[in-house]
Amino acid sequence: MAVVSYIDAISMGLWEEMERDSSVFLLGEDIGEYGGAFKVTKGFLNHFGSDRVIDSVLAESAILGAATGAALVGMKPVAEMQFADFVTCGFNQLVSNSATMHYRWNLPVPMVVRLPSGAGIHGGPFHSRNPEAWFFHQPGLKLVAPSTPYDAKGLIKAAIRDPNPVLYFEHKRLYRHIKGEVPNDDFVVEIGKGDIKRNGRDISVVTYGSVVHAALEAADILEKQDGVSVEVLDLRSLMPFDKELILTSVRKTGKVLIAHEDTITGGIGGEIAALIAEFAFQSLDAPIKRVGAIDTPTPFAPTLEEFFLPTKEKIVTALRGLAAF
Amino acid sequence: MPASIKLKSARVVAAHRPNAGKQHLSHDELLQIYYFMRLTREFEESIITLYRQGKIIGGAFSGNGNEATAVGSAFCLKIEDYLFPMHRDLGAHFVKGQTVRNLMLQHLGRGNSPARGRDGTGHYADSSLRIYGNISHLAAMIPVATGVALASKLRKEKSVVMTYIGDGGSNVGDFHESLAMCSVMKLPLVLIVENNQYAYSTPIAKQFIVEKISDRAIGYGIPGFTIDGTDVDEVYAVSKQAVDRARRGDGPTLIESVTMRMHGHSVNDGAEYVPKKLLDKWKKKDPLLKIEKQLEDKKILSRVIKSDYERKISEEIQEAIQFALESPYPPAGDAAVGVFAE
Repeated sequence: MAVVSYIDAISMGLWEEMERDSSVFLLGEDIGEYGGAFKVTKGFLNHFGSDRVIDSVLAESAILGAATGAALVGMKPVAEMQFADFVTCGFNQLVSNSATMHYRWNLPVPMVVRLPSGAGIHGGPFHSRNPEAWFFHQPGLKLVAPSTPYDAKGLIKAAIRDPNPVLYFEHKRLYRHIKGEVPNDDFVVEIGKGDIKRNGRDISVVTYGSVVHAALEAADILEKQDGVSVEVLDLRSLMPFDKELILTSVRKTGKVLIAHEDTITGGIGGEIAALIAEFAFQSLDAPIKRVGAIDTPTPFAPTLEEFFLPTKEKIVTALRGLAAF
Repeated sequence: MPASIKLKSARVVAAHRPNAGKQHLSHDELLQIYYFMRLTREFEESIITLYRQGKIIGGAFSGNGNEATAVGSAFCLKIEDYLFPMHRDLGAHFVKGQTVRNLMLQHLGRGNSPARGRDGTGHYADSSLRIYGNISHLAAMIPVATGVALASKLRKEKSVVMTYIGDGGSNVGDFHESLAMCSVMKLPLVLIVENNQYAYSTPIAKQFIVEKISDRAIGYGIPGFTIDGTDVDEVYAVSKQAVDRARRGDGPTLIESVTMRMHGHSVNDGAEYVPKKLLDKWKKKDPLLKIEKQLEDKKILSRVIKSDYERKISEEIQEAIQFALESPYPPAGDAAVGVFAE
């Protein structure tokens, strides 16, 4: 066990998988010599060599298509989009090729795409995206979004070992701000399994990624100030996601808030709300509530971005509303 | 001169090609090429007929006029090489070893087709033959082919990847991103642009102002060649050179093979926008007539062999049609399974 940062946990997991399986290789912009824009792959080139850590040309569609092709013939590429925002440049490769090949051809495509995503770093509209909703909607892609160093290491390992295309959303604001205990040895966090980060009786918060931390802080406030017991359920995997865990939690508490950093309309929270409405209707004591970013591009100025983002305060307000219902 | 060539199955022909190392084609090889070209022409004619009879649904494509390009280029490939064909390269599938039956099943969307009815026409993959079919987004497979070439290089396999694109398709971003990646990394890709004068209804004058598409190779620092796509010897020689270069580790080549799209974009397109004069001009350069005349003049193709081939091809296609028509569509519930690999 060691206490490591979220970013170091990702590096650890990547490194271990590359040691473990020689067919794993990295493909992305500035990942080799430079060690990556955020330094996730610092030191990798020296150790693994240029055949396994490849500094690509600046061409996201070629990167994603090439990862698909290499995976198709049995290698295990881990492609990086320097910022999640740039995945749109290769959108067609993911949704038309990577996602559909197993269904159409019965051939596995064991590739991973790492996507440094998320806002709150003054990145503006093109360095702050949470693009998961588009890919959530595409059958054939798996999506994971760790919120802690433990989950980050376990999920990058699981993603690499999965025979399907897995999009790995690593939240860049969490990189150096979140630290946690991570086993030094090999372990995997199963894709499709959520995690109760905080047990509670009165309200369920279904969330993932950066908002898990805001939800935990909000839950603390509700407990200490209002005597309300809030359960925080961290999805960890977005596709497939842990339907049973969600429904069990809601059946227990009867009240649910879904919270994510992605914009509210068309965010995956809507799908989760529909699931709960259909399968746990009898258990509900209040309408299903959602908190997400407002429906705008991510603005740059700090006052604008603060208004844009879901915050601990907005979650507290929503929880109090539910508690009072 | 042999009375007739004993034809093995297409798969065996692809596997055991004795002169695969040579630059020029032997008489036997020319006969094999002629067979594949004739097979392709007849197969596609039967597809059009089946479509008009309502037995093929959705649509159908014809590569009439492209037979020398598809067959001549694929003929350079070894068993360990990868083929990423486009919708007018049916001949390449046969050369690589695909059966007439399987391609017929594909077009009829049957449950026992290579893609199990999940996709039609040439949109299937057969990893045992290293054939990976195209998708409808043009040029979208070139990055995938690039990735396969990358894997070949990383694993030191010496396998070459051959893929195709059209004159219009060579404007798509993926074409350029792939050449950027392949040229810098010296990946073993052979990219053949089939300039058949039209992209659907759009003539090449509206697609680019350069005289030769192969000049785009200059922009990537790689060799580029413009060739007569109706001449099988030229197609083979230049493709072979490109394949050898790729196999040596020297990187990609761009080949522009000039032909004519003799039919419409698809079977639904009457192509009235093509000037009749243009079609008449290219009819005289029909690659099938060209190779027939060439082989007859050289006394390689006798009337006996020719009618022997025609009979064999007709039988094989009829058998395939019969088999496909008698094969069922996949069961409805199958639609729900197989999104993910286990």
